[in-house]
Amino acid sequence: MSIAMLLEMAADGFGDRTAVGALTYTELLEAAQKRAADIAADGNRPLVVLDVNSPEIPIGLFAAALAGVPFVPLNYRLTPADIDARRAVLGAADIADDAAVLLFTSGTTGDPKAAVLRHDHLTAYVLNTVEFMGAGEAEAALVSVPPYHVAGLSAVLTNVFAGRRIVYLPQFDPHAWVDTASNEAVTHAMVVPTMLGRILDVLDGDRRDILSLRHLSYGGGRMPVTVIERAMARLPAVDFVNAYGLTETSSTIAVLTPEDHRDPRRLGSVGKPLPSVEVEVRDGEIWVRGEQISGEYLGRAGALADDGWFPTNDAGRLDDDGYLYVEGRLDDVIVRGGENLSPGEIEDCLLLNDDVIDAAVVGVPDEEWGETVAAAIVLRPGALLTANDVQSWVRERLRSARTPTIVDFRDELPYNETGKLLRRVIKAELTAPPPTP
Amino acid sequence: MKAGSRWRSAVCGTEVVVVKAPAGDVSLECGGHPMVPIDDDPPAGLVIDAGFAGGTPIGKRYTDEDSGLEVLASKGGDGTLAVNGTALPMKGAKPLPSSD
Repeated sequence: MSIAMLLEMAADGFGDRTAVGALTYTELLEAAQKRAADIAADGNRPLVVLDVNSPEIPIGLFAAALAGVPFVPLNYRLTPADIDARRAVLGAADIADDAAVLLFTSGTTGDPKAAVLRHDHLTAYVLNTVEFMGAGEAEAALVSVPPYHVAGLSAVLTNVFAGRRIVYLPQFDPHAWVDTASNEAVTHAMVVPTMLGRILDVLDGDRRDILSLRHLSYGGGRMPVTVIERAMARLPAVDFVNAYGLTETSSTIAVLTPEDHRDPRRLGSVGKPLPSVEVEVRDGEIWVRGEQISGEYLGRAGALADDGWFPTNDAGRLDDDGYLYVEGRLDDVIVRGGENLSPGEIEDCLLLNDDVIDAAVVGVPDEEWGETVAAAIVLRPGALLTANDVQSWVRERLRSARTPTIVDFRDELPYNETGKLLRRVIKAELTAPPPTP
Repeated sequence: MKAGSRWRSAVCGTEVVVVKAPAGDVSLECGGHPMVPIDDDPPAGLVIDAGFAGGTPIGKRYTDEDSGLEVLASKGGDGTLAVNGTALPMKGAKPLPSSD
């Protein structure tokens, strides 16, 4: 089933509702049909899009589907050489007829890699998670993640099927986010963890509130417990949802519900798997299976096993109640003297210190232990914490193996533009060069 | 009956898309009469069977446990969906909290 049908149904079921910007669902469908004719006239090539958020994104996404070509959003910050490299990947591969979206993953090393999301993956995700016309007429979703992020695309599909008006922020900026949420009476929004901290800073600094906001979901990276606790205290009327998913899984595969958020034991969890998705943890790695799971890459071997299971490359565990905990990328787990240490657990501990405003923990090579713990820390302005203080703080709260051997104070940590912490950069910087002979 | 194929009712406005294909042949009906491929004209002169007039709302999914058939109502209508003369149950979907 084509994703275009999701919009056709919306136009049929509630065509007069506002879909995005000034367009109703009927008008959005008409605009997509017109654009699809342009795509056909232009030789039915994949629709490559280099743009910030605007109604052009849903128009293009559905137009590509109607024309039977994939929608390929690229990061508009890429250099011309990077764009050429991605075009080369597109040009060299056979593209399946039922590919709806080709999404280049944000991997920071190696050649560009595009995940293939087929129509059936995306429609399965929508049908299994969203009730048709489930949104009330007054609901509006603020989308501020970029269109080349899977959450930016799944937001289009799920909100269209639910009948929820989409409000776009061209690019994320915390002041603009708060202004737009207020001016557009936004009820729903999805943010990545770094966005949430910056939004809270604006709300506190400007002493503002967003009275219309009822529902805030977050994902796309690990949310520090301290940040979500702060958000819940600052926005007591808002329901929070933690969504865990990957590009290759067509967005969300597990959710921590608003009710779960009220149980402090659950805050570090990403919640329970969707009913339509199976999750197993094998040797510390999270594996998933379900109709929405792609695990397929353009012009490369796929990662999906014959029985449909996909290894996420995320380290994690399931507790006795079925809640999933994600401990970071498998490559980021620190193996110290044969013991696996989760960077996230140590980062959470560091962030409990009021003088620490950001922290990243990585493993660096160590002669004695194989790997040892290194921490890059951003202090609150004026704080006088020493490396010793930091080590004592962790040692008193976690076991001594988790105490950072290296403590590096910095002005800020490196993130990519979708809020992913660039651990590889920190790791390289904190890895001491080998001693010269 | 392939996944992705679309069918229309012979007696009302109902249209469906096959989300999961059935194992084997089934007769998919609406309003008491076999549905027809979306581009075909239904036979003339048919009327809704009073026993299958409960209606089909747009956006709901229906499943036939025996064959594994699952359809999505892409347009609503007055007839009731059925397979081989047995009305199809609506798939109970517990909506999840919005996550994007």
